Amino acid sequence: MDKQMDYGTPAVIADKQVTLEIDGRQVTVAAGTSVMRASMEAGITVPKLCATDSLEPFGSCRLCLVEIEGRRGYPASCTTPVDAGMKVHTQTPKLADIRRGVMELYISDHPLDCLTCAANGDCELQDMAGAVGLREVRYGYEGENHLKAEKDTSNPYFTFDPSKCIVCSRCVRACEETQGTFALTIHGRGFDSKVASGTGNFMDSECVSCGACVQACPTATLMEKSVIEQGLPEHSVTTTCAYCGVGCSFNAEMRGEEVIRMVPNKDGGANHGHSCVKGRFAWGYTTHKDRITTPMIRKSIKDPWQEVSWDEAINYAASEITRIQRQYGKDSVGAITSSRCTNEEVYVVQKLVRAVFGSNNVDTCARVCHSPTGYGLKQTLGESAGTQTFDSVMQSDVIMIIGANPTDGHPVFASQMKRRLREGAKLIIADPRAIDLVSSPHVKADHHLKLRPGTNVALISALAHVIVTEGLVNEAFVRERCEWDSFVAWRDFVAKPENSPEALEPFSGVDAEELRAAARLYATGGNAAIYYGLGVTEHSQGSTMVMGIANLAMATGNIGREGVGVNPLRGQNNVQGSCDMGSMPHEFPGYRHVSDDETRALFEQAWGRPLSNDPGLRIPNMLDLAGEGKFKAIYCNGEDIAQSDPNTQHVTHALESMECVIVQDLFLNETAMYAHVFFPGASFLEKSGTFTNAERRISPVRRVMTPKNGMEDWEITARLSTALGYPMEYQHASDIMDEIARLTPTFEGVSFAKLDELGSIQWPCNDTHPNGTPVMHVDEFVRGKGKFFITQYVPTSEKVTARFPLILTTGRILSQYNVGAQTRRTANVAWHQEDLIEIHPHDAEERGIQEGDWVGITSRAGETVLRATITERVQPGVVYTTFHHPESGANVITTDNSDWATNCPEYKVTAVQVARVTQLSDWQTEYQNFSEAQIAFAGLPADVAATE
Amino acid sequence: MQTQRLLEMANQIGDFFQSYPDPVEARKDIANHLKKFWALSMREQIIAHVEAQQGAGLHAIVGEAIKEHRATLAS
Repeated sequence: MDKQMDYGTPAVIADKQVTLEIDGRQVTVAAGTSVMRASMEAGITVPKLCATDSLEPFGSCRLCLVEIEGRRGYPASCTTPVDAGMKVHTQTPKLADIRRGVMELYISDHPLDCLTCAANGDCELQDMAGAVGLREVRYGYEGENHLKAEKDTSNPYFTFDPSKCIVCSRCVRACEETQGTFALTIHGRGFDSKVASGTGNFMDSECVSCGACVQACPTATLMEKSVIEQGLPEHSVTTTCAYCGVGCSFNAEMRGEEVIRMVPNKDGGANHGHSCVKGRFAWGYTTHKDRITTPMIRKSIKDPWQEVSWDEAINYAASEITRIQRQYGKDSVGAITSSRCTNEEVYVVQKLVRAVFGSNNVDTCARVCHSPTGYGLKQTLGESAGTQTFDSVMQSDVIMIIGANPTDGHPVFASQMKRRLREGAKLIIADPRAIDLVSSPHVKADHHLKLRPGTNVALISALAHVIVTEGLVNEAFVRERCEWDSFVAWRDFVAKPENSPEALEPFSGVDAEELRAAARLYATGGNAAIYYGLGVTEHSQGSTMVMGIANLAMATGNIGREGVGVNPLRGQNNVQGSCDMGSMPHEFPGYRHVSDDETRALFEQAWGRPLSNDPGLRIPNMLDLAGEGKFKAIYCNGEDIAQSDPNTQHVTHALESMECVIVQDLFLNETAMYAHVFFPGASFLEKSGTFTNAERRISPVRRVMTPKNGMEDWEITARLSTALGYPMEYQHASDIMDEIARLTPTFEGVSFAKLDELGSIQWPCNDTHPNGTPVMHVDEFVRGKGKFFITQYVPTSEKVTARFPLILTTGRILSQYNVGAQTRRTANVAWHQEDLIEIHPHDAEERGIQEGDWVGITSRAGETVLRATITERVQPGVVYTTFHHPESGANVITTDNSDWATNCPEYKVTAVQVARVTQLSDWQTEYQNFSEAQIAFAGLPADVAATE
Repeated sequence: MQTQRLLEMANQIGDFFQSYPDPVEARKDIANHLKKFWALSMREQIIAHVEAQQGAGLHAIVGEAIKEHRATLAS
């Protein structure tokens, strides 16, 4: 298997080029490049152990020494920058002698078990022994050594074997430079030096299992357990991670059709060779025994499932859709697409709805996360997408994070952000909770605006007030780039005394002086970028807040170049893509409204069917109507609304009320328990397609193994369409992308062939920008002039009262992903076996709650029971939980409140009461009984819902 | 769909647009929003409510917007 070239030290970007001579060859490289890298780029290999091109040079192993004419001694090539005219010799008798001596020392304290070592054939120490011609170790092996050092196997995914450690510090440096966690250190001095993860083992340390240390280790010291157990891979396929919106590129390293390990791709545009615990290690769910691989049907959810052939399942689903539409009308049927599916899959589902179902009743899970982003950015800037690349953060001087928790939700990007913060960028955090970035090793927020949940718009208006009233507006930018009248209306609005930080402090709870300082920093601190997440969107004023963020960026001129911008951090891997593909009930692919005659005519011609010009139903509309008996069938593609959507009782009542629920998924998820047809889906390793990440980067998903269910997901949709009388005759996912490109201007230049050539492409990709568009709105906004919107703060109707005195807010953690369907079926449960409720010590004491107690959480919508954890991360009056485990019932207590513009649920604000209890809630007991029955109906083992 | 649910949604929309300095523009944008994002059946239902109940329970500006732009919303 070809390994990615390691140049030893990072690439240098410089305008100036330098020419030198290495081993008699003329070599030209960027000024500042190391001699090692210059040699490697010229194809001249220099022996090395402590150097790797993902880390800054360290100069400790003494193996990469070279001779430079006119210089004394033997400088380390990794730490020596090139000079014009320099003459370097990498191979001389003296260098060979030194290198052999160095290797003798290393090997004298290293196990000689190469033939049985897991790294045999993939060990740099072994390679270097060969490269320097080591034939003997004069010191013998009898002296004091580390060969009996105890192995640490505590981490579920990798082992640490100190007997094989050469103390090159690559792991320690990777933890610092690449990941930014600083969990590892070199403990002791001289011969006693050893790598240490705090005072205990890896699992008890601060280690976040990102795998950077394993990746950096040149020996078998840090080694994937999968390699130890199965051996080294023999081929590799580059694909894209199926977890968060960072969209990391990985090399799936395979043995036949078996994944041995997922290794982050150094050439990945979003991740540059870094990874997190989910993408790097948590792919075991793809072969988990809970996978359902045979289609199933049943008449009623009270019946056992019946395994059937694909033809039978598809024909049954088609006949039910036909029957229901005949009986109740075409609008009684709809579909939901998922951000966990590829662009191609999403595209065919929305095409099925529009061209075959004959309505626009298609919606997507972005409804419940970033739909306000789509609305707010389209209104203000003209495009429903983030404005930057992730790399842009390296040019930022001020970073403002609002309602996002990047170290947990978008860990690989968080590492890049932390690198920039360690370089000196300033940090403003607006969050009710003390997220890790408020204070972590070598990163401390300059301002933490600890607002009360539900008061985002008060906060953004107050920030704007300071910028306007203190003369910090970039008026030249506004005059040139924005609609002046809209600016004036906004300016006059935010300048009102009632929008001052002092006037809004009683609502938001944010100290007015602190807020003023943060506003000044954002407006005057240089390149300022805003990153935001669901803490912005999942509110009754989510769309208003997104527009408020865009207002702020426009008013200060922080948009349209590197280092600035408005950056929504998308939760799932393909939130951007699923929205791009026309998943919303009012839009065709490319965010064009269904009422736009020209666009509709284009699709009508291409698809050969008349299309509706009227917006369809959103998910909450479908569910409301289903509960009333007016919406009868749904095709739910890779989405689990029974767990992820708010007010679970409302959702399950709607599902129970439908006559045909079709679920397409890997597992019998919570929604599937209410289904009548189950189409087994394919994992991301079993299909071809594309994902589009938070920076609009379209990346290839490549099939590395045969689908266990027999076909890729787009094929299932296409066959359903054919059964409904509308053949979709694609031969491959690339055919679908070709159709998308023909019909969508922003995707015009995208093809699988181009993705193979470029690796990834940031849309828009067209004749003007054939290789994509890293930064948007450079010379003008997509809508022409940027438009300001007035952002009046309207308090949520979800009020705190004596009966419900606390505010519940929800979020995510690092090791689990969304509803947990994937990560609960991996060893990641070692870090998070259950959802907990965080409560402030004052609130806990008032209620007699101790750490680990069962507590009942009651809201106006329902009640559930979780274990309490007491922490000052949350402020008094606020409690917090996650929703990664279905039995937690976090969404039993969230309400139907939603964003005014998009109906995105207000997950972040639920008034609750919390009290000690001794037993599960009624809902949880009922859930347990219901899910056990459903699991039995599917013939699955009883522990299917358990975490393994 | 339950009319009460539609009224709540429409009132939230009204809360946003009522801060517009120009009420004519506000009413127009409320109607545009309903036209762009609400299914026809939902628009017809709220129009019917405005006509039958004189907009009871509805934010005044939303009621006015629906009356003023009825023809657009009903098609």
